[in-house]
Amino acid sequence: MAHLTPTPVLEPNQDRTMILNMGPQHPSTHGVLRVILEIDGETVVRMMPDIGYLHTGIEKTCEAKFYQQVVPLTDRIDYLCPLTNNLCYALAVEKLLGLEIPPKAQWLRVLLNELTRINSHLVWLGTHALDIGAMTVFLYCFREREDILRIFEMVSGQRMMTSYFRIGGIALEPPIGFFEKVRDFADRFPARVDEYENLLTGNPIWMMRTKGVAKISAEDALALGASGPTLRGSGVDLDLRRDMPYSGYENFKFKVPVGKEGDVFDRYLCRVAELRESIGIVKQALDGMPEGPIKANAPKVVLPDREKMKTEMEALIYHFKIITEGFTVPAGEVYQAVESPRGEMGYYVVSDGTAKPYRVHMRAACLANLQTLPKMCEGRLIADVVAAIGSIDIVLGEIDR
Amino acid sequence: MALAPPITDLEQLRTHPAVAALLDWNPAAIQGVKFDRDEMTIAVDRAHIREACTLLRDHADFPFEFLSDVTCVDWYPSEPRFEVIYHLLSISKKERVRLKVRLDGSSPVVESITSVWPAANYFEREVFDLFGVRFTGHPYLRRIMMPEDWDGNPLRKDYPVEGYR
Repeated sequence: MAHLTPTPVLEPNQDRTMILNMGPQHPSTHGVLRVILEIDGETVVRMMPDIGYLHTGIEKTCEAKFYQQVVPLTDRIDYLCPLTNNLCYALAVEKLLGLEIPPKAQWLRVLLNELTRINSHLVWLGTHALDIGAMTVFLYCFREREDILRIFEMVSGQRMMTSYFRIGGIALEPPIGFFEKVRDFADRFPARVDEYENLLTGNPIWMMRTKGVAKISAEDALALGASGPTLRGSGVDLDLRRDMPYSGYENFKFKVPVGKEGDVFDRYLCRVAELRESIGIVKQALDGMPEGPIKANAPKVVLPDREKMKTEMEALIYHFKIITEGFTVPAGEVYQAVESPRGEMGYYVVSDGTAKPYRVHMRAACLANLQTLPKMCEGRLIADVVAAIGSIDIVLGEIDR
Repeated sequence: MALAPPITDLEQLRTHPAVAALLDWNPAAIQGVKFDRDEMTIAVDRAHIREACTLLRDHADFPFEFLSDVTCVDWYPSEPRFEVIYHLLSISKKERVRLKVRLDGSSPVVESITSVWPAANYFEREVFDLFGVRFTGHPYLRRIMMPEDWDGNPLRKDYPVEGYR
């Protein structure tokens, strides 16, 4: 069964227009996004994103792994928020199993998730500003991002591919000095956000490049499936952390910043405000961190402690069983969604009662957000395309999976 | 690890707003219901999926305004082989519902819901690409992840994980 059809290319429909190919190797496409533009002079008449260059078949690979072996794969979907993906997958499988997670593990998950959100927004802010021509912000943002990556390294041993959340809890107790380090960062960070805002928010060049650019209405954004700051920038008040709480988010107080105009500037304001809200959540998590275990009491699912393994026969047997045979999950299906830095990240996991997932599907926020791009760009200048791509905070690894 | 057994009795789930709305409209459209792990699943007849989606989206008291996701599960070798899954979200009422259309392996065709939510465009293209399910009325049904000249549909269960060598 061959599908031999030519590569999708828009046909220029009049003598006036021409086709311009942007990407897949283009510095402002944040990865390998190819955009085909039909232009009339400098005005974009039609636009078509072409994706799939990073498709690695993660969903297929998941079907051949044990449930616990899928966790490292989830890191690699979205390299800017691996912990959010870990969390979403762990929550989905825990829901399938009916596992109860102890409060300390939940709060640690929230704390690290908000640090991940800050990390992701910092990379977005830096590269977005770089695309539009403000180089300094990039260096400032990566300075703070480095601090967060050091915190991740401290807690999980990895800067980016953390795999720190496991099914049933968290891999390890955080090391000594971890909370002090996070506290130190949380105290320093709000002043740094002021620095970024001083450079951008009131800057006339920044405002000219972003205000009124790449507008999208609330109705259009909703119909096209946008979520996260891309949707909130247009004035739709939807944040899954507040509206459908998971992992103990109902214990935290935070505001959900919502824009009005739906332009690049409002999406920028939403994300910068989220930086401040996230650091607030981190502080609340530090202040109220409960004591107790970090893993659920489910010996057939959660790996035993190293010490117990050396002294207790039972623990050794469970460890051997989980590593060699995995653990079985009762048949069923769940859809678990979390608010990732980019919007609604969802995991749909189907179990057929064996130790390997029958199907794992990731609902990528970026894939839906990307559909809004033509609506934002058509009728505007080519230079605005770059601003629009940056403003939906695109991560191609997540889109193509 | 206490899991409540799933409820599949239509009478017990009659009060769920999405089920009630579909029952009021056309009881024949519902093939089955399941309430499991706090999630509602409704199996919809394949001829009615677009109308069912429109109905749920425009429901006066309990609108499901947002299409979260469209995906597919391959139950090879059993029949009906494919299940196309739609995840709907009601933003105002903070509820989710899952619609399901069962398709047999010989002619996996279902009506596209891009006219209800344009968001379905990429999702349906992905299902078409990776499962070979066709969506009638889709504006641009072409491969999205795999190269245009690829053989086969990688997420089908009879497609080897390592690919064909």
